[in-house]
Amino acid sequence: MWIIAPLVCGLIFGAGLLISGMVQPTKVLGFLDIFGAWDPSLAVVMAAALAVSIPGFMLADRSARPWFAGQYFRPGKSGIDLPLVAGAGLFGIGWGLVGLCPGPALESLATLSPGIVVFVAAMAAGMIAHDAWQQSRLTAQRDRQLAGATDG
Amino acid sequence: MANFTPVSAAIGGVLIGLSAVLLMLSTGRIAGISGIFGGLLNVPGEDKGWRVAFVAGLILAPVIAGLIGYGMAQPKLPSSWAVIVVAGLLVGFGTRLGGGCTSGHGICGIGRLSPRSIAATIVFMVTAVITVAITRHVLGG
Repeated sequence: MWIIAPLVCGLIFGAGLLISGMVQPTKVLGFLDIFGAWDPSLAVVMAAALAVSIPGFMLADRSARPWFAGQYFRPGKSGIDLPLVAGAGLFGIGWGLVGLCPGPALESLATLSPGIVVFVAAMAAGMIAHDAWQQSRLTAQRDRQLAGATDG
Repeated sequence: MANFTPVSAAIGGVLIGLSAVLLMLSTGRIAGISGIFGGLLNVPGEDKGWRVAFVAGLILAPVIAGLIGYGMAQPKLPSSWAVIVVAGLLVGFGTRLGGGCTSGHGICGIGRLSPRSIAATIVFMVTAVITVAITRHVLGG
């Protein structure tokens, strides 16, 4: 029955994107276009979401464990590093080109729009490429360490 | 600001925040869509059930809305396939490298007052605004 919880959360998230209009790339681009006919709606969406999530996460911090899981899976990293800045920078360029970020892109698969299917496939390819690149870097690093150990 | 829709934006925003909090309280997970989707693409099968359920809910939302008479309009995309593909690649690669997107950093990370997420959100907002400024006002179109 625990699987109902993430399903309902996905539904609520999707309803939020639909009602706010953020599922439409034109609406998002209207916010990003500060030199044109600026539409501040996205800022209101974020402010309203944070008004709920900030106290909500504080509440979660006080409970020892989630309802249907053994532990909280909180992100471990805290420092601001180059991958964070470079990754966010690249993401922003892609977001600005089309007006789609991962949530609205996945939700829009429901429309069966060919453009959305191509976008989601390219997004998946970008993610797989990143993970493969990280994996090869880790392997190369381990090989160097092993070689160093034998040399020493 | 003719297109500004503050009421529906506020209602939608509350629902998005509520979803993020409920996912954390129920399963202990961060409602970051790039992380949820990225985790589905990894070959070794690790905790995929909740990810599939969340994405299924996300896609079912407009289907249910359509059934009750609030069908979702077809999204308007650029006419160039090359632009769509390049944008998709950048969004996929960038969100994995930067560890999150608008939801993971923008709503959940800032919601947890993480300096890392505040920095990421500022960076992707700035590059997105610059990109739109160039494509709409420098190159035209």
